[in-house]
Amino acid sequence: MLRSRLFLLAPLLVFLALAYLVPFLGVMRWSVTLPEPGLGQYKTALTDPLVLSVIWRTVRICALVTVLAVAMAYIITLLWVRGGPVMRLFVELCILIPFWISVLTRAFGWLALLSNRGIINTWGQEIGIFSEPLALVRNEFGVVLGMVHFLIPFAVFPLASAMRSVDERVLLAARGMGASRARIFWQVFVPMTKTGIFGACLLVFVFALGFFVTPAILGGGRSVLVAELIWLRIFQSPDWGLGAAISVIMMVAIGLLLALTMKYAKGTGR
Amino acid sequence: MITLKPGLLATILAALVAVFLLMPLIAVVPVSFTPGRNLSMAGDEWSLRHYRALIDNPAWGKGVWLSIRIGLVASLFSTALAAAFALGLWMLQPKFAGLYMGIAMLPMVAPPVVSALTLYFFLTSLSQWNGVIGYDTFFGVALAHSVMVAPFAVVLITVALSQVDRRIDLAARSMGAGLMTRVFRIIMPNIRFGMIAALFLTFVLSWEEIGVTLFITSVNAVTLPRMMWMGLRDNIDPAIAAISVVLIAIVVAVVLIKTAVQVRQGQKRQG
Repeated sequence: MLRSRLFLLAPLLVFLALAYLVPFLGVMRWSVTLPEPGLGQYKTALTDPLVLSVIWRTVRICALVTVLAVAMAYIITLLWVRGGPVMRLFVELCILIPFWISVLTRAFGWLALLSNRGIINTWGQEIGIFSEPLALVRNEFGVVLGMVHFLIPFAVFPLASAMRSVDERVLLAARGMGASRARIFWQVFVPMTKTGIFGACLLVFVFALGFFVTPAILGGGRSVLVAELIWLRIFQSPDWGLGAAISVIMMVAIGLLLALTMKYAKGTGR
Repeated sequence: MITLKPGLLATILAALVAVFLLMPLIAVVPVSFTPGRNLSMAGDEWSLRHYRALIDNPAWGKGVWLSIRIGLVASLFSTALAAAFALGLWMLQPKFAGLYMGIAMLPMVAPPVVSALTLYFFLTSLSQWNGVIGYDTFFGVALAHSVMVAPFAVVLITVALSQVDRRIDLAARSMGAGLMTRVFRIIMPNIRFGMIAALFLTFVLSWEEIGVTLFITSVNAVTLPRMMWMGLRDNIDPAIAAISVVLIAIVVAVVLIKTAVQVRQGQKRQG
């Protein structure tokens, strides 16, 4: 029995231990040994105005992206779960097609739409709405649009499972007692999908924090987020110790966030 | 039975979200036909030169072929490990199941950039020992992708196993079936759709993986996403638009076929 347990469970665990856990310890070692032993890099990461401004910008953008993505996902999920059969099919396609398309293609789509010689600026100038191209990309605006676009499908799944488990009879009861449609939605339906909203927010926020590709392409090096900063510190202006220290801080922050959530989820008995 | 249908306002707002989701995918099309060398709109004159560039420049074909091979290796390897792991948890229900699951989920939960740096450390360390599995090599990338996609396979297979009736396994065991018989003749046939889904998802995730790939490759193991990244960073190469249109067309075709099959099956069941 013991042998078979090892035989089944061990390969993946050993593989991840060797290829992930041990190397992560190596990254931690970099953070306290490069360029010199000590906790200097952590001090830099938490006091340097440049790093702090990047961290602050990351948290701000991720919070904004989370609110926008979850709100938009909520609307479209509502139609997916509660619409008529044709509507459901159409919404499903609108969610699944972007979901399966790679992050690079989607970021490029935004460039095609928003850049100086992209569709919006070309048409806008031809029609004469504006004479100078608008700066829609290579700034925070473009980063937020691209991230929201990428993350909406991920927010849909927890929201959909929450909406499907809403007891229809409660809505009927509310209507039977004379509540308006708006009131049923805001005071009955939305509170009943609270866990889904919370789960979607957490998922989107955690994903957004580690985001690298979309901000790097749509931010054009101007609005650098934490993930891109790590990349820059490893490959562009090498300061491996700092890059490693920021990585460790990020990992700890996300671990704490998830641990707090689990505790909260247990506390509310869900 | 859904009694309260979404109202007009909700439908209009959802339509706007749908437009938002599809807009950037459609925007790629007119750009791909531009006669220009830079990102611009195809005006009166449409050209296929960027599609021709995909064929004429052997680097694109090489990138596609490399991505397919890496995807196959990573998909088979990670799904095999994940299947054994999920089966182990399901059959044995060990004491520290939560801890094991936590370790297995780590690459999925951790920020991609931290995983990327970790795998960069792993592969550069390996490179000091050998030239086959390491930084910027085929097997190095396949190994790193396996780490990143394995958690997704574990999730899918675990979900599939949770639908299996334990009593069939108990029945087989009580009739003297060994471990191998139980796994391959009893349980596997019952989770085959989960296994196929895991193989497919891990392949797709590896095929489009870029966050980690950027850290662990430079000039040799240039996968398709890596190739696209190089064309996107500084001067935007419209060949990216052409390859994007091809990739979008494939996804749209697959999703439409899958949906059509589902709709037909649904009709059959009703009729």
